[in-house]
Amino acid sequence: MSKKIMANPRNAYGETLVKLGEKYPNLVVLDADLSKSTKTIMFAKKYPERFFEMGIAEANMISTAAGLASCGKIPFASTFAVFATGRVYDQIRIDLAYSQANVKIFATHGGISVGKDGASHQMIEDIALMRVLPNMTVLAPSDATQTGKIVELMATNKGPMYARIGRANAPIIYDKDYIESVELGKGMMVEDGSDVTIIACGTMVDPAIDARKTLLKQGINAQLIDMHTIKPLDEKLVIKCAKKTGAIITAEEHSIIGGLGGAIAETLAENSLPVRFRRMGIKDRFCESGEPKDLLEKYGLNEKHIVKNVKDLIDR
Amino acid sequence: MEHYDKKIIERLDLMAVNVRKHVIEMLYRAKSGHPGGSLSAVDMIVALYFAHMNHDSKNPNDPDRDRFILSKGHAVPALYAVLAESGYFSVDELKNLREINCMLQGHPVCSYVPGIEASTGSLGHGLSFANGVALAGKLDENEYNVYVMMGDGETDEGQVWEAAAAASHYKLDNLTAFIDRNFLQIDGNTEEVMRLESARDRWSSFGWHVTEIDGHNMKQILDALNETDNHKRQPSVIILNTVKGKGVSFMENNVDFHGVPPNEMEYNMAMEELDLIQKKLEG
Ligand SMILES: Cc1ncc(C[n+]2csc(CCOP(=O)(O)OP(=O)(O)O)c2C)c(N)n1
Ligand SMILES: [Mg+2]
Repeated sequence: MSKKIMANPRNAYGETLVKLGEKYPNLVVLDADLSKSTKTIMFAKKYPERFFEMGIAEANMISTAAGLASCGKIPFASTFAVFATGRVYDQIRIDLAYSQANVKIFATHGGISVGKDGASHQMIEDIALMRVLPNMTVLAPSDATQTGKIVELMATNKGPMYARIGRANAPIIYDKDYIESVELGKGMMVEDGSDVTIIACGTMVDPAIDARKTLLKQGINAQLIDMHTIKPLDEKLVIKCAKKTGAIITAEEHSIIGGLGGAIAETLAENSLPVRFRRMGIKDRFCESGEPKDLLEKYGLNEKHIVKNVKDLIDR
Repeated sequence: MEHYDKKIIERLDLMAVNVRKHVIEMLYRAKSGHPGGSLSAVDMIVALYFAHMNHDSKNPNDPDRDRFILSKGHAVPALYAVLAESGYFSVDELKNLREINCMLQGHPVCSYVPGIEASTGSLGHGLSFANGVALAGKLDENEYNVYVMMGDGETDEGQVWEAAAAASHYKLDNLTAFIDRNFLQIDGNTEEVMRLESARDRWSSFGWHVTEIDGHNMKQILDALNETDNHKRQPSVIILNTVKGKGVSFMENNVDFHGVPPNEMEYNMAMEELDLIQKKLEG
């Protein structure tokens, strides 16, 4: 197996903000005392007059961003996923979603691979919380390249949006040319296949690629979709995959309730598709402190677990 | 001013060094965590548990106990070390900070650890929680005291000021809050990130009794605690003038050690410095 090239999606976020800042003079950035971690500090250094340090005051940050947007600015507001969603839910609901404000929340440190800070800092409900809000677009990019492209699309498409990435370095999955085809609301076919469809988002796309290779050696030809947009969901693609492979498994670093798996379950059920189906995610519990790789093993979110779940699903 | 037995102060100062050594050891082992804010909080926590609060490690759920809530949950290594040294659990357990399948989580969880009163880590909740505990004390006509420690950056949070208003509205004189005033948060100096001065005026304008002391001076700490315990009809806040990273020279006032543990060389240097302080105190 060729060695993977790693890059941090957070850096891709910071670098893209700097690039977009030049092109769009109305792009502004807000952060809540985490600019070194979210990488908005790159933008702060380049465009100090368009960067607003809000201190540890996330609710104030979100509503302030809405005010800026009402005057034609394109605000990106960043903090960790826990503080960017649950902490400020009503501000998002009224000032962004209800008002259709052109505010982009870009959250880092999503999921349990945050690691040792523990469950208080491991956000596994954000996709569900944001998905339930009318008007909200919900995104979970999978590698640094896709993150850059998605940040660009967030800036150039109107409306309230939420994107979350993880904390860790992640293998590069896509090359620059391929990534140009990314569209909000359109799942990406990473690998074609016929026996089962794995639909993954964010940090679970890379282990799903490895799992697919392992499965192929064992005679199972899985197709793999990178569903970077959880809302609006690419229902057409989901239905097509269900009809083609008859088996779907979802994988996300998020609760199995209300996230990517929940969204796909709804689509499958409402379209009365006779499909074998399984959700992989955190099974309705808080996790704990630990090394990311140990946590992903314990809570069932790595290549090995994907392989096992796929086999269980299609043997059934 | 109270007169303390010199022995008490010496004993507390020694325990504080001991706890600082635990903190460095724990963070070094865990290869993650927050040295700066843990070290700045040590002296007050040591004074509370070893010389001031009514508590019993063998009976952590005693309804009459005084309560301490660590609102700035990232400083929990200091509290874990104090709880262990007080007998709430074994000192050996400190080795497992932040390890999978272990009790001591990166941020405090009340359902896991005896002696932890509130699950914190998301900043800004603790004062409200403490208000609830203080209100319950009044309802039950129980005499316990409630203590809560916040970071100075933490007081950026709006919820802190909602709670500040409520505590004074309900005249929660069984409540004493501490602000660990080390002038640093993550993105830099508090006055550059989001100005807090005059902290004293803010709290007093919210109806609080305000005291300001050197947060590393045991005598001043004990005096202030005795004074605020007896202050009636108002909640009290003690602004602790502290040094982030206190006790380890290269961590002191160094924002880079907010959330980064010592590497091997730094660990050795830190332990050497703390050993030296310990020797000096032992005379
Ligand atoms: C609601 C919330 N927002 C952001 C964070 C991330 N965070 C952890 S510590 C910290 C800085 C805290 O500064 P301060 O309160 O001054 O603590 P100290 O200097 O004592 O470490 C931040 C922003 C958090 N834990 N909770
Ligand atoms: Mg501080």
